Amino acid sequence: MTPDMQSHPRLAPGCRLGENNQQRVLLMPERALRLNGPSLEIVQRCDGKHTVQQIITELQQIYSKAEPKKVETDILDYLARLQDQRALDFA
Amino acid sequence: MNSASKLPTNPLALIAELTHRCPLHCVYCSNPLELQNRASELGTETWTHIFQEAAQMGVLQVDLTGGEPLARTDIIELVHAARTAGLYVNLITSGLPLDEVRLAKLIAAGLDHLQLSFQGAREEIAAEISGTKSHAQKLRVLEWLKQVRVAITLNFVIHRDNIDQIEEMLALAQSSSATRAEFANVQYYGWALANRERLLPTRAQLDRSITTLKSAQDRLRGKIRVEYVVPDYYAKYPKPCMGGWGRRLMLITPTGEALPCHAAQIIPGLQFENVKYRSLREIWETSAAFQRFRGEAWMQEPCKTCDRREQDFGGCRCQALLLSGDASATDPVCSLAPTRGKVDAILEAVNNPSTTAPALTGPAWLYRPNPA
Repeated sequence: MTPDMQSHPRLAPGCRLGENNQQRVLLMPERALRLNGPSLEIVQRCDGKHTVQQIITELQQIYSKAEPKKVETDILDYLARLQDQRALDFA
Repeated sequence: MNSASKLPTNPLALIAELTHRCPLHCVYCSNPLELQNRASELGTETWTHIFQEAAQMGVLQVDLTGGEPLARTDIIELVHAARTAGLYVNLITSGLPLDEVRLAKLIAAGLDHLQLSFQGAREEIAAEISGTKSHAQKLRVLEWLKQVRVAITLNFVIHRDNIDQIEEMLALAQSSSATRAEFANVQYYGWALANRERLLPTRAQLDRSITTLKSAQDRLRGKIRVEYVVPDYYAKYPKPCMGGWGRRLMLITPTGEALPCHAAQIIPGLQFENVKYRSLREIWETSAAFQRFRGEAWMQEPCKTCDRREQDFGGCRCQALLLSGDASATDPVCSLAPTRGKVDAILEAVNNPSTTAPALTGPAWLYRPNPA
């Protein structure tokens, strides 16, 4: 399912950022996801304050050489994946 | 990606069996048949040191388990020590020695994730399997958990007598604040092996349960992560036990022995080392027990030349020993194993009891005791 553009994603209980051997990871029950570049930028903005739309706009600025529509699609796919893992709540 | 011959740099998770003491007597307990008593358990300081060593060597998560980890009077300190060391802290509990005050303290100490085990969706079956009355307390724990912020998994251990109640278990999960529900079929070692003939589901039961669980995964997507483990006796290929021997996990027993898996002590000839005398890193990198089935050199045919050898690592060494008598053999649950016939005979007895076994009722349960 695609997240609502005006909703505010935030990390679900028991999901948090961690670091290991200079590698940032998203820790969750029985699992850890490696975060690199864009995925880290996205997860750091899942703070309950940014809307999905704001996350997209900010990343389109950071990755200004990339096609904006592609940035949007990639972010929506990634947020949906995190939701499937139950790593996000949307307020 | 990772070649089997390459030495894994560090385990990703540490399984800390804090104690074998437990108020439940589950007939499928994963603890060894020979249980350790309280007097021989590691103390708070030793565990604290282990958590620090683990985090320093790159371990991400610790599973505080047992026995019942809440049987330790220092559990709050241990949660705090693990979290302070930098680990993600999972607590795997029956919920019995718990009240609201203790729960709040566990969370304040840094608990990330609480996994609550269920023996069924109803009191009667739960009482029979665990040899104690515990279900009502678990339902109380679920209510307390709604008031706190922590990740929650409901873990249902599945077998013949409760596999037809999965819809009820799903309903229980949906009425709770859990974000994850795990349906783990019993694996047959130790206590479960002793009770196997009464625990193994039939193929028809298993097929129905998989249909139910697959549809629940779709229905609950984004709400509850539904995961399940099938009984590997019914599988075509073996499970990659522990993600491969000495590749991802390290287990510490209540007395400090470092093992590659829960059941490894049944394998004859393996020498285990104790964390009281050597560092975790030394044990991981050099101990004979961790090296014994690491990589591919130990494999026999058909594993040795099999395309799947880097996916399932030949399956489970303990199961190979238990079912074929040889810990280096292909896991007999594999359809390619020369000993698969033994597994098929066991399944035949479960699925067609009239043609094979005269007994209409199974043997009596063998309950695990609570060590002093």
